[in-house]
Amino acid sequence: MADTQRTAIEAVVIERDLRFTFVDLCRVCAAEPSFIAALVEEGLLRPSGSGPDDWQFEGAALARARTARRLARDLQLGVDAVALVFELLDEIETLKTRLRRAGLL
Amino acid sequence: MEFRDYYATLGVARTAAPDEIKRAYRKLARKYHPDVSKEPDAEARFKEVAEANAVLSDPEKRAAYDDVGQRYGRRDEFQPPPDWNGGGFEFSGRDAGPGADMEFSDFFESLFGQRMRGGAAHGMGRATGRDHHARVVIELQDAYRGARKTLALRMPVVDAQGRVTLHERQLDVQIPAGVREGQHLRLAGQGSAGEGDTPAGDLYLEIAFQPHPHFRVDGRDVYMELPVAPWEAAIGAGVVAATPDGSVQLTIPAGSSPGRKLRLKGKGLPGDPPGDLYALVVITAPPADSPAAAEAYAALARAFPSFNPRRELGS
Repeated sequence: MADTQRTAIEAVVIERDLRFTFVDLCRVCAAEPSFIAALVEEGLLRPSGSGPDDWQFEGAALARARTARRLARDLQLGVDAVALVFELLDEIETLKTRLRRAGLL
Repeated sequence: MEFRDYYATLGVARTAAPDEIKRAYRKLARKYHPDVSKEPDAEARFKEVAEANAVLSDPEKRAAYDDVGQRYGRRDEFQPPPDWNGGGFEFSGRDAGPGADMEFSDFFESLFGQRMRGGAAHGMGRATGRDHHARVVIELQDAYRGARKTLALRMPVVDAQGRVTLHERQLDVQIPAGVREGQHLRLAGQGSAGEGDTPAGDLYLEIAFQPHPHFRVDGRDVYMELPVAPWEAAIGAGVVAATPDGSVQLTIPAGSSPGRKLRLKGKGLPGDPPGDLYALVVITAPPADSPAAAEAYAALARAFPSFNPRRELGS
């Protein structure tokens, strides 16, 4: 196929355009269902719906779940410790944003 | 190929007990894990640490590694022994440990072979194609208007013999307008091919913006400095400013002080709702580089005999 004739692949913005079911999210994160369920239990992910069968996750859940999985595996943390790391990372991000807005960073 | 001294990487003795190795790994992982570390070379360092841990924390791999080190020396010019092929060892643990989605060194792979990387969740059964993840840097203008980008990606491909090689391929991607920094794109079916008739995996791209000398992005809002002359700030003016989406006409209100934020509603990153563009007033005075210019400043001084710019300092 000649380079000039290639058609560009359409991409979707996950955080804006996509939602995931429980099964989808486990697959794209390569995570055990029990791990994703534990993240929900801990409040790290907040799907809509009443139970695993009809959970709907926002697109942003993907990056969050993948980071959680890396932290749990690489730092050998429990889900509660992962939740604490997230709270601290979120706080650092908020503080950095305030510094940037104040022109100090 | 360079012999990798995994004991030195973790900072433990060759006689270290499993507990010491575990402690050393955890300490270094907390320091260098890319998700939490502030170290500049965190990702590369973490990869080394995860690789050392993958060998030394596994009794079988550690024994094989120690054996190779003793028999063939820990030289820089390491060549895997021709009869190595696992050295008669069989490795049972093939589960994805720390750093499982990273590429380890050639040295590691010459000894232990290509690892199962990433992969589907356990218990899924079928070997569907794997998803791939990469990062792409785009210009701010691309996020405003959308853009077609050609990406060169290196992707591991497994051949019929189970060997993994890196294939480079080029991909033309349509970047959607309105994408923001830190968001992710999904390109369906652009991951690894599946086995048989199972579907191919997807490709995920994390979006980063090339830093821009004039524009700073905060979520969907964009900030810029807008230099204005002292008289424009004092008595107001209509000026033309270059924005990421072309030039716009804007009004400097009379009495604008430095740091005043002028909001251009809806001129931030496009979306629903679109972001805003903020222009921060910066007052720029011309140099007094001619007699006429100097006289103009002198006239200004005469016109404001009681103006004291240092009043708030109490002087």
